[in-house]
Amino acid sequence: MTMPRFAAGDDPGASFPDLLRKLGIDPFPAAALRGEIGRIDSLRGTDTVIPHATTCLALTYDGGVVMAGDRRATMGNLISTRSVEKVVPADDLSGVAIAGTAGLAMEMIKLFQLQLEYYEKVEGQSLSLEGKANQLSMMVRSNMPAAMQGLSVVPLFAGFDPLVGRGRLWDFDITGGRYEERDFVAIGSGSTLASTVLRVGWRTNITREAAVELAARALWEASDADIATGGPDILRGIYPIVASIDSAGWNRVGDDALAAIFDTIMREVRSR
Amino acid sequence: MSMPFYVSPEQMMKDRADYARKGIARGRALVALQTPSCIVIVAENPSTTLRKVSEIYDHIAFAGVGKYNEFDQLRVAGVRAAELRGYHYSRNDVDARSLANQYAQVLGEVFSTSGPKPLEVELLVAEVGDAPEHDRLFHILYDGTLLDEKRFCALGGDAEGITKRLESTYRDDLELAKAIKVAVAALSGPDRNVAAADLEVATLARDGRRRSFARITDDAVTAALR
Repeated sequence: MTMPRFAAGDDPGASFPDLLRKLGIDPFPAAALRGEIGRIDSLRGTDTVIPHATTCLALTYDGGVVMAGDRRATMGNLISTRSVEKVVPADDLSGVAIAGTAGLAMEMIKLFQLQLEYYEKVEGQSLSLEGKANQLSMMVRSNMPAAMQGLSVVPLFAGFDPLVGRGRLWDFDITGGRYEERDFVAIGSGSTLASTVLRVGWRTNITREAAVELAARALWEASDADIATGGPDILRGIYPIVASIDSAGWNRVGDDALAAIFDTIMREVRSR
Repeated sequence: MSMPFYVSPEQMMKDRADYARKGIARGRALVALQTPSCIVIVAENPSTTLRKVSEIYDHIAFAGVGKYNEFDQLRVAGVRAAELRGYHYSRNDVDARSLANQYAQVLGEVFSTSGPKPLEVELLVAEVGDAPEHDRLFHILYDGTLLDEKRFCALGGDAEGITKRLESTYRDDLELAKAIKVAVAALSGPDRNVAAADLEVATLARDGRRRSFARITDDAVTAALR
């Protein structure tokens, strides 16, 4: 591999996807991929099933945001992975969660994390939180040809914005549409169930502890009625990912703390 | 048709080397020191926005002396080369040696063949390891000469004088504040003082975190120099 160098007018600047394109690498090749899978399926008379990742949510609290997601990826009626991590830090002050086609989603997360760090190194300073959300929206839009063929990826982006001093969150549609939500949002197959719980339980300026508990409850209810959403897997010790982001950065809630919260929820269900 | 003047290859290389060396000597120098807790890079740089020392990858830093626009372009090219490698393979597959070789190739090529003039830069590619013996300090000269340095290295104008001073003051058990003091004393020499505001200090910490690079604030530098 040789060192990439460009003439002044031809330089791709601080965009990593643009750099890849300049070098003849398509960062979003999924559209062609899906066409190929469709062709094989029609020859074989089958329908290839691709892993999907499901419910994720985010809500604001006093000083930041809480993000959460279950650990299940499904392939049709089968569970393909029990321990997938679909909520990850994007950089120091933000996180990203993803629902949709698991393979493409993981690739998009990787490219997004890389882009934020790449921008920071090339430009010598980080993007603003809004700039980061905008970058993600452009990546979702680049994936639209694949989304139109059933390989959609829908992210959730949240973080602490030092310019306004509070947590902010965004959801997206498959066209790259970017919507800032004020209080909370849920995406994926169990999102209607989860957002109902959030809608009932959310209060202005709730504490981090209360927000973490509310997120756990929302995931619990989603997993209780949606088969594609995984609940706490006590048998294997796999718990959903719940993390808060405030001015000090990403802080993942430990499995012990989550086990205690889910224990309380289960006790309540038993005594109903 | 007019006859071009004949210039012997020896003379041409010598002229190009003199040109590059003069350009580099005009700028201020920098030093890098290995310590038990980190690699510390100290550059004389009055600007707070035009950086001489920067992050390339998880455990790799870049520093340049000479013409700013030339080494800054090389810095960005290095970030790109490293990120592309990490994207194609894995973050573990990005190393300073390969990066230093690529820089040497670019500088060597511009010096001897392609460029109208040689690049007036000298580069440092530093990589921190889990122990000082796994650290790497690659020093690349304007003509593509690649040097693998140990313990410390000095780049830029009066590098020889600075190296000589460091040879008598450097020890391999220096803590960070002491290392900064030693580095600044070597940079400034016996006859002048350099204030913290005119210094750019950064470290590659040996703390096991993914991103080792950190800048040291002017206040911390002032405290170290006291």
